[in-house]
Amino acid sequence: MSLIEKTASELLALQAEGKASAVEIADAFLAAYSARESKLQSFMRAPDAVAVRKQAAEIDAKRKRGEKLGKLAGVPVAVKDVLCTKGIRTTCSSKILENFVPPYDAHVVERLKAEDAILFGKTNMDEFAMGSSTENSAYKSSRNPWDTERIPGGSSGGSAAAVAGCQAPVSLGTDTGGSIRQPAALCGIVGMKPTYGRVSRYGLIAFASSLDQIGPFAHDVRDCALMLEVIAGHDKRDSTSVNEPVPAYTRTVNDPVKELKIGVPKEFFGKGLDAEVATAVQQALKEYEKLGATLVPISLPHSPYALAAYYIVAPAEASSNLARFDGMHYGPRTKEKGDLIETYSKSRAEGFGKEVQRRIILGTYVLSSGYKDAYYVKALKVRRLVKKDFDDAFATCDVVMGPTTPSAAFKIGEKSDDPLALYLSDVYTVSCNLAGLPGVSIPCGFTKSGLPIGLQLLGAPFEEEKLLRIARMYESASDWHTKRPKV
Amino acid sequence: MSLSIDQVRKVAKLARLELPESDLARMQQQLSAILDYIDQLNQLNTDGVEPLAHPLPVQNVFRLDEETPSLPVDEALQNAPNRVGDYFGVPAVFTDEPVSH
Repeated sequence: MSLIEKTASELLALQAEGKASAVEIADAFLAAYSARESKLQSFMRAPDAVAVRKQAAEIDAKRKRGEKLGKLAGVPVAVKDVLCTKGIRTTCSSKILENFVPPYDAHVVERLKAEDAILFGKTNMDEFAMGSSTENSAYKSSRNPWDTERIPGGSSGGSAAAVAGCQAPVSLGTDTGGSIRQPAALCGIVGMKPTYGRVSRYGLIAFASSLDQIGPFAHDVRDCALMLEVIAGHDKRDSTSVNEPVPAYTRTVNDPVKELKIGVPKEFFGKGLDAEVATAVQQALKEYEKLGATLVPISLPHSPYALAAYYIVAPAEASSNLARFDGMHYGPRTKEKGDLIETYSKSRAEGFGKEVQRRIILGTYVLSSGYKDAYYVKALKVRRLVKKDFDDAFATCDVVMGPTTPSAAFKIGEKSDDPLALYLSDVYTVSCNLAGLPGVSIPCGFTKSGLPIGLQLLGAPFEEEKLLRIARMYESASDWHTKRPKV
Repeated sequence: MSLSIDQVRKVAKLARLELPESDLARMQQQLSAILDYIDQLNQLNTDGVEPLAHPLPVQNVFRLDEETPSLPVDEALQNAPNRVGDYFGVPAVFTDEPVSH
């Protein structure tokens, strides 16, 4: 196995044992980036080879001198282009932020740097994280490393493709309605959305503030635990980040959960679920039974309504958050002459892509006078019902499991003309965001045509530690996570 | 529920988005399809359900009223499309005449 196919934990061990240097690792991933980028299109901004090598050399020197090294020393980490990186252009894959250079780092980027991780480029995404395929990027469509004719999922599709395609061992994404779990499932890797409030959103360019959460992509659950351990924790600059201690996830991740009770909601196995995906997920559930778990049939009666509620709440919050992009403080300002309102309206029309415009208009409509109660307030009531379903489920179960996505990766262009069809690919992932729960997708098989399938695990709030242990139980009994695509 | 073209035009104006006339029909059609899907929420009786705006029981988070360093002016203005001295340059707000900028 070559260096680029290793997990972050393996790369750390190789360095500790003196079998590979940080510079060798950096060079291997820089070479993989160059060799594969034209096929995968994972990145918005290439890793800065000079800076990467320099930082790797410093880590090697520190190691030689016997100095203490961070938890991610010498590990390249690709970062979604929605997270601010000081002095490095951050575009959200939008034209309106084409030249935006943040004057500060996001909290999670500070955390990565503090643990000696190597910042390894900025990844492509759906514009402002709105989409499920990266086709809404204003710049490029990323490719699924298992079949480059297909989408990698989205919105964090570039971060998923970079890890699955071995251009980086781990990466960061964001998840507002499934934007980490869905691409992780479609690319055959692990992706986790932490509990709302577990990770600071400081420096994350906001899409829907009550739903957004930052999380990791990795080849396996162990690396996922490692990344979460680094990025989680309180930050006073995000008033919604919760001041709860961060467990040492890596220390317990290998401990199986005894007398595990798995809630299996019937609503996640209904109409619209692809037969091959259903079979793979059922097989995974059987595997858990073999490991001693009990499957508990449950119902989440309001989950079929979660998607409709989500497509009110998320656009409503987005229409407010994206009001800041007005051609005054950031972004290109229209060259056409006009008064203030015309200048706003033209700058925004020129800067935002079609899907972003659609959601801003939808969000503005559902909040507008005369419609707010019928749409926005109604959706918030349904949101409470969705959350209550989960509260009830976790009173009897440790975890809720089902498919991450209704089908495997679709072809580029297949759904790009039909926004509603694309929205439906989030049908199993959005309820987790509405309820603020932690969720993780892990690989659980392949279709006959060789496309990855994901198993979704949802936990009670702030129970990431247990959720990771449960995910690791299946992973230890399977080898899906060891597969790498031929790129 | 479907939206009329006039409603799309009005909401776009509220959202400060100038849509070309040629895009309105398509936008109207797509938004109406999404709203039709959303209408299934009306099948649910939500009488007496308290709206949930946020997954956490959020409260005001206070800090001491102490001075802390903030972004230097040059950094705060580095992304401005039009900087005038230490300010963001903007088109005139109170005018009937189109202004250059």
